[in-house]
Amino acid sequence: MPFDASPRTRLTDRPSVLPLRLDAVALEAGRHTLIDSLNLELDRGPRTIIIGPNGAGKSLTLRLMHGLIKPTRGAVTWAGAAPGRRRRMRQAMVFQQPVLLRRSVAANVRYVLRVHGVARAERAARVADALERAGLAHLARRSARVLSGGEQQRLAIARAHAIQPEVLFLDEPTSNLDPAAALAVERMIDEIHAAGTKIVMTTHDMGQARRLADEIVFMHRGRLIERTPAAAFFADPQTQAARDFVAGQLLV
Amino acid sequence: MDNFGAAFETAFALILQLDSELVEIVALSLQVSLLAVACSALIGLPAGAVLAVVRFPGRQGVIVLLNALMGLPPVVAGLVIYLLLSRAGPLGEYGLLFTPTAMVIAQTVLVTPIVAALTRQTIEDLHSEYDEQLRSLGVRRTQSIWTLLWDGRYSLFTGLLAGFGRAIAEVGAVIIVGGNINHVTRVMTTTIALETSKGNLELALALGIILISLAILVNAAVMSLRGVTARANW
Amino acid sequence: MASRLFRRLTFIAALAFAALGAIAAGPAQAQDGNFIIVQSTTSTEASGLFEHLLPKFENMTDIDVRVVAVGTGQAIRNARNGDGDVLFVHHTPSEFQFVAEGFGVRRFDVMYNDFIIVGPKDDPASISGMEDVTAALTRIGESEAAFASRGDDSGTNKKELGLWAKTDVNPRAASGSWYRETGAGMGATLNTAVSMGAYTMSDRATWLNFQNKGDFEILVEGDRRLFNQYGVILVNPEKYPHVKKQKGQAFIDWLVSAAGQAAIADYRIKGQQAFFPNAR
Repeated sequence: MPFDASPRTRLTDRPSVLPLRLDAVALEAGRHTLIDSLNLELDRGPRTIIIGPNGAGKSLTLRLMHGLIKPTRGAVTWAGAAPGRRRRMRQAMVFQQPVLLRRSVAANVRYVLRVHGVARAERAARVADALERAGLAHLARRSARVLSGGEQQRLAIARAHAIQPEVLFLDEPTSNLDPAAALAVERMIDEIHAAGTKIVMTTHDMGQARRLADEIVFMHRGRLIERTPAAAFFADPQTQAARDFVAGQLLV
Repeated sequence: MDNFGAAFETAFALILQLDSELVEIVALSLQVSLLAVACSALIGLPAGAVLAVVRFPGRQGVIVLLNALMGLPPVVAGLVIYLLLSRAGPLGEYGLLFTPTAMVIAQTVLVTPIVAALTRQTIEDLHSEYDEQLRSLGVRRTQSIWTLLWDGRYSLFTGLLAGFGRAIAEVGAVIIVGGNINHVTRVMTTTIALETSKGNLELALALGIILISLAILVNAAVMSLRGVTARANW
Repeated sequence: MASRLFRRLTFIAALAFAALGAIAAGPAQAQDGNFIIVQSTTSTEASGLFEHLLPKFENMTDIDVRVVAVGTGQAIRNARNGDGDVLFVHHTPSEFQFVAEGFGVRRFDVMYNDFIIVGPKDDPASISGMEDVTAALTRIGESEAAFASRGDDSGTNKKELGLWAKTDVNPRAASGSWYRETGAGMGATLNTAVSMGAYTMSDRATWLNFQNKGDFEILVEGDRRLFNQYGVILVNPEKYPHVKKQKGQAFIDWLVSAAGQAAIADYRIKGQQAFFPNAR
């Protein structure tokens, strides 16, 4: 099977769940406002990288988009429809700390294929394909939990990609990895994007943002400060906060 | 002490001769306790997992009750089962009192809270780790419970072993509902109680040694299932 | 992959097998087998009498006799609940009451043995050789020498309390000091008495068969008031229709027959006759 043919044909087969819209989305915990009236529309195509200092609300925003948490106000819609299990199954998410099942490497991928109703006969080939792309084929029978950090994150990404999601959310996927392992992860993300999947990712690594981003969403204190094409953002941020952040100054 | 030396000699002699009465008693002990653990697993594993994953009003109360029931005195359990199974009791018509089935029921009552409580703890820890990932994948609630049970299986074995330990060692419940009838409901612990009451301390101690050895064997057998010990702590 | 599948299958199979076993084991045991349940006392079991007696009856009739050996009080309570076909105990007044209240059909005398008072060889209350049991108990009470009582509402316990009632001593008032209630069977109480150096009252058969005597010996015996009568009663089938009337009655009939009485007389513990048949 050619590397990128399958996901593309599959994606165009079904009506898209994109665009994703956030309308005045807010998240409050007690008297604290964690996310403050966020308006954002994401469509197919560019790799969207969310950056901002710690506590800006980047991870919460991903979780709100993916439907893992519900906003206290505002609405998240997928192609005009309310979020739900069926629409969430067209998306995938990779966490900062990969959550791998206590099973073999291959069984981790097999599990998500089963959950997604992939026919038993088709699974073995899809598992082999996913592990091949992640460079994990030789570890297929190894327990997933004893892999190195980089291998674990590559498996998590391969597993997420195996279900051919239309959107892939990644929450600081390389923050616990050494530079070489991080680079391998970035390469996988690039390939998945090239195969037609929308990428939405958070990072606090400016180098990574420069390498991967097509557009930047800059957040600060739970607010969206600016959304700019990547080249323009790094050349000349529109806001003072973003300028300080890019210059490496501490934002509080 | 002479008693201990003599008891070990008696124990070895009994084992070497494969004394037919001893074999019968040991077989019944294992049969009753293993069945009780199996029944407890069928009830306690799903119940503990549901308790770990599903939030409902009164959940905290159920957990407290479950933890308290782990300390339920066997005699009390035996008495309650006796009253239920007695001919004068609500389940009397089935004639289960003084049968091995009654002993299995009593031990199941004793073991199920242990299995359920330890399952609840194990699965709750695992659930906090897996929850977001499983929801992200679109795994339904019932399916996620099976996933958690399967992934927690090595730790859950430890809970089942703890339950088996309680079952095989208890005497208070089985002597009431079983009646310690020779060749019918006489197990290791009730035999030990009987021999002690006959002043046969040496034989009683020898049986105790055999009982402990059996418990060690069963534990070793389960632990040797590929890597249970190593994986329980993942 | 094969090994993983295999492990999963064995795991599930083990569970299923065990569950099936539990279900299958139940009814098989519960049905009307060819057996009767006899509610009896620890003294008959611990003395070894049943091991001697039952095979003879079982060989002759093919009826399996299942003995539940507990204190007389508990045996009567179990029988009152219908949990047994035959009651075989040793406290005549309670037995007559059991019949009078309609729980039993008719009471038969079977045999007797006797109670004895045992104690440490050094005999702190100096009761050795006394023939009057109430005098001996009085001396124990007055010297406040340790005495272990069953305290479990058993036939032996009822008998012992009846004897104390004929003295001026009120042992219950001294409970916890020199009068110690073990709340346990005869054997357990003997174990306790031996390790505390306390006097106690036992039936002769249990004492003869007891293995942990230490320096204890029989100090008082032979008083007619220490006489210990055993009776047997069929649980009333009109009250509990499940009672195996014919099989239970067959056991009773055999016990009081010439053959059964001879079998009882035959039983020896260390060369001594333990029970004396006296069916009429």
